[in-house]
Amino acid sequence: MSARRIAAALALALCLAGSAQAVEPGEMLKDPVLEARARVLSAELRCMVCQNQSIDDSEAPLAADIRVLLRQRLEAGDSDQQVLDFLVARYGEFILLKPPVNWDTLILWAVPPLVLIAGGLAAFYGYRRRNPAEPTPLDAGEQEALRRLLSGQP
Amino acid sequence: MIAELGHFALVLALGLAIIQGGVPFYGALRNDERLEAVAAPAALTQFLLVGLSFAALMHAYVVSDFSVLNVAENSNSNLPLLYKITGVWSNHEGSMLLWVLILALFGALVAAFGNNLPIKLKALVLSVQAWTAIAFLIFILATSNPFLRLDTPPLEGQDLNPVLEDIGLAIHPPLLYLGYVGCSISFAFAVAALIEGRIDAAWARWARPWTLAAWMFLTVGIAMGSYWAYYTLGWGGFWFWDPVENASLMPWLAATALLHSAVVMEKRDALKIWTILLAILAFSLSLVGTFLVRSGVLTSVHSFASDPTRGIFILVILCIFIGGALTLFAWRAGTLAPGGLFAPISREGALVLNNILLSAAAATVIVGTLYPLALETLTGIKISVGAPFFNLTFVPLVVPLLFIMPFGPMLAWKRGDIYAAAQRLMLAFGITLAADVVIADIAGVPSAFSIFGIWLGLWLVGGAISEIAFRVKLGTTPLAESWRRAIGLPRSAFGTALAHAGLGLTVIGIIAATTWGAESIRSMKPGETLELSGYALTLDGFVQHHGPEYDETTVRFSVRHGGALSGIMEPSKRTYADRQTSTSEAALKTVWLSQLYISLGDIAADGTTTVRVYWKPVVTLTWLGAIVMALGGLMSLSDRRLRVGIPKSARRSSPPAVAPAE
Repeated sequence: MSARRIAAALALALCLAGSAQAVEPGEMLKDPVLEARARVLSAELRCMVCQNQSIDDSEAPLAADIRVLLRQRLEAGDSDQQVLDFLVARYGEFILLKPPVNWDTLILWAVPPLVLIAGGLAAFYGYRRRNPAEPTPLDAGEQEALRRLLSGQP
Repeated sequence: MIAELGHFALVLALGLAIIQGGVPFYGALRNDERLEAVAAPAALTQFLLVGLSFAALMHAYVVSDFSVLNVAENSNSNLPLLYKITGVWSNHEGSMLLWVLILALFGALVAAFGNNLPIKLKALVLSVQAWTAIAFLIFILATSNPFLRLDTPPLEGQDLNPVLEDIGLAIHPPLLYLGYVGCSISFAFAVAALIEGRIDAAWARWARPWTLAAWMFLTVGIAMGSYWAYYTLGWGGFWFWDPVENASLMPWLAATALLHSAVVMEKRDALKIWTILLAILAFSLSLVGTFLVRSGVLTSVHSFASDPTRGIFILVILCIFIGGALTLFAWRAGTLAPGGLFAPISREGALVLNNILLSAAAATVIVGTLYPLALETLTGIKISVGAPFFNLTFVPLVVPLLFIMPFGPMLAWKRGDIYAAAQRLMLAFGITLAADVVIADIAGVPSAFSIFGIWLGLWLVGGAISEIAFRVKLGTTPLAESWRRAIGLPRSAFGTALAHAGLGLTVIGIIAATTWGAESIRSMKPGETLELSGYALTLDGFVQHHGPEYDETTVRFSVRHGGALSGIMEPSKRTYADRQTSTSEAALKTVWLSQLYISLGDIAADGTTTVRVYWKPVVTLTWLGAIVMALGGLMSLSDRRLRVGIPKSARRSSPPAVAPAE
C-alpha cells in the first residue's frame, strides 16, 4: 500500500530523534576481521525502538549504543554466540531478528516445511485418486478365454 | 461546497453499489436477464460517482482548501503542484478513497469490456465486486471521511511529510493499488463461479486477463516501491522484509501461482478447484495487507488497541469476505467436476510443482509477518522476525523454484519427457555455466552462494531463450523457416519467455548488488579523496540553497575513474523548519547497469562530513527485471486468444477484456 512509505516515514520519524547515523566511522573497529564480524552480527539484531530495522541500518541512538556495545564484546574476545547470548540476556529475545526455535516459535518455524510437505502429499494423493492403479493383468486362463472369445471360437 | 459534493457523491456511490450488489444478483438467481442487465450501467455510474468524489478531494488539495481537515493536515500552499496532487493519497483517508476508486474502475472495465462474458456470469461478477465496494464505502464514510471540515480553517496547511515529497509517491501507490484491487476481479470471478456451480476452461480464459493485469501492476508497483526505498532511505538496501513490504509480496506470490494454475485450467481443464481457491486467496491476502497497513497494528499492537475503530472495522470486513468466500468454497467445491488427467512429468506436473513451492513461499511470508503479531496479542511475548528468518526459510523454497523454471515450458502437456527437456536445455546450461565461470574469474567469488545465485539468474535467461529457440526450431530448420515460425508463435509464448527472463535479471541484480557490492563509511574533510571500486571521489565543497520549505546543504563530489573526471555527484541534506525534521538526499550515478551511491551523515561545523559511499554492481537489473516481467505480462495480455475468448464473441468487432493493460 502507499502506506509503505508512510510507515517508513513513521519509522524515520521515530529513529531520527537523535542525529546519530547508521554505523558511524568513529564506531568502526581497527581490525577489519572483527569489524566484518560486527557488521554480520549487526544485521541480525533489531533496533528495538524502530519499526523492523536492524541496528546496522538504524539511525536511532539506541542502535548506536548496541553497535558500540557489540564491538566492545568482540574486542574483549567473545565469540559470535557469546555476544548474542549477552545481548539476549540484556534486552530479551526481541532483539534477535531470527527468533530461536522454542515452544513459542514452533509454529513459525514449522509452517514453511509443513506447507511444502502438505502440498506434496496433496499433489500425490490427488494424482493417485484421479489416476487409479492399473487393473491387475489377466492371468493365463483369462488370456486364453479372451483369445477364444475374440477369435469367435466356442 | 465542492468538498460536500464529493461527500455526497460518495454516499450516492454507496447507494448505487447496494443496487449493483443486490438487483443483478437476484436476477442471476432467478435467471432474469432484465435484472441481470442492471449490473453494467450500475457499475459504470458507481465509477463515475466515486471518480467525482475523488476529483472533489483532489480539487480541495490543488486549491489548498485548508477548511478541509484532510488537506490542512497533509498539504501546504507552497508545495509544487505534483505534490499537492499526490498528497491526496499520502494519508489514510485519501488512500482509502483511491482504493475504492480503483475498485470501481475495475468494475467499470468489466462492465464496459466484458462483452464476451455470459450475461449471468457478468451479473454475478459485478454483484460480488459491488459487495466489496459496499464494505469499503461504508468503511470510508463511517470511519475515514476525507471531507471533514474545520470550524476555523488554518491559514496554512501542516505540509506533506518530507519523505513523501517524491516522484515515487506519484508512481508507487497507484500502481500497487491497481495490483491489489485488481485481484478483486479474480476473486469476484471465483465467487461467481462457485455461486453458479459451474467452471470450465472458458472461465479461466475470461478470468486470466484480469489476473494478468493485476499481476503486472503488482510487479511494477512492488519494484518501484523498492527503488524508491533504495534511493530515499539512504543505506542502499532495496528490500527489508518489512511487514508493509510483505503485505504486497503475499498477494504477488498468490497471484503468480494463480496465473500459472489458470493456464493449466484453461488448456487442460484441470486444477479447477485449486485455481478457484487461489483466486480467493490472492484477494484475501490483498485484504490482509490492507488491514496490516491501515489498522496501525504494525506500528504496535498497542496503538491498534488504543484506537481500534478502523482496525476492527477492516478486520470485520476481512472476516466476512475471507470467511464467507472460504465457506462458499468448502460448500460448493465438491460439486465442481475434476478435469483432465496428466502424468506427473508433464507441463501440468511442472506447474503443480511451481504452485506447491510458491504456496510454501507465500505461507512463509504470511507466517513470518503475522505470527509475531498473533503471539504478542495472545501471550504478550514479543519476538522479531526479520531478514535473517526469511533468508533461512524463503530463499531455500525459491531456489528450487528458479532451478526448475526453464524445464516447465520445455515439457509437453499431459505426458512430458524429462530427458528430452534436459537435452534441449543442455546448451543453455553449458553457456550459462561458462559465463558464470568467466564472471567468477573477473569479479571474484565472495561466496559459493553468490556465484550459484548469479548462475541461477543466467540460467533463467538462458532457459527462456532456449524455449523460444526450441519452439521456432532454431538451428534445426533453415533460418527462414524459423523466422516464419517465430511470427506464427502465439504472443503468450513470448510473454512467458520475457517474464521468466525478467525474473532472471532481477535475481542477477539482487545477488550482484548484495554480494559483490562495496561500501565505504568515513569522515571526510573538504579536499579529501575516497577510493572505492576503482572510483576516486573528492569532496570539493558545500553549496547552500534555500528551497520553498527547506534549507539545503549540497555537498559536491567530483568523481574520477582511471584519472579522468567522469562526473559530479551532489548528495544533500535538507532541513525542514516547519516540521523540524531533516532528510538526507542520496546522490546516484548510474554507470551502465551499476550505480555509485553517496549518502550523507552529519556535517560538522568545520566541514567534516560523514559520508557513506556504496558501489552497487548491476543493481538496476533488480528493477529492470521487474519491468521486463511486466512487459512479458503485457505481451501475453495482447495475445489474440485471450482477447477473442469464446467463439460467440469472435463475431463481435470490438476487442473485449484487454482494457486494463492499456
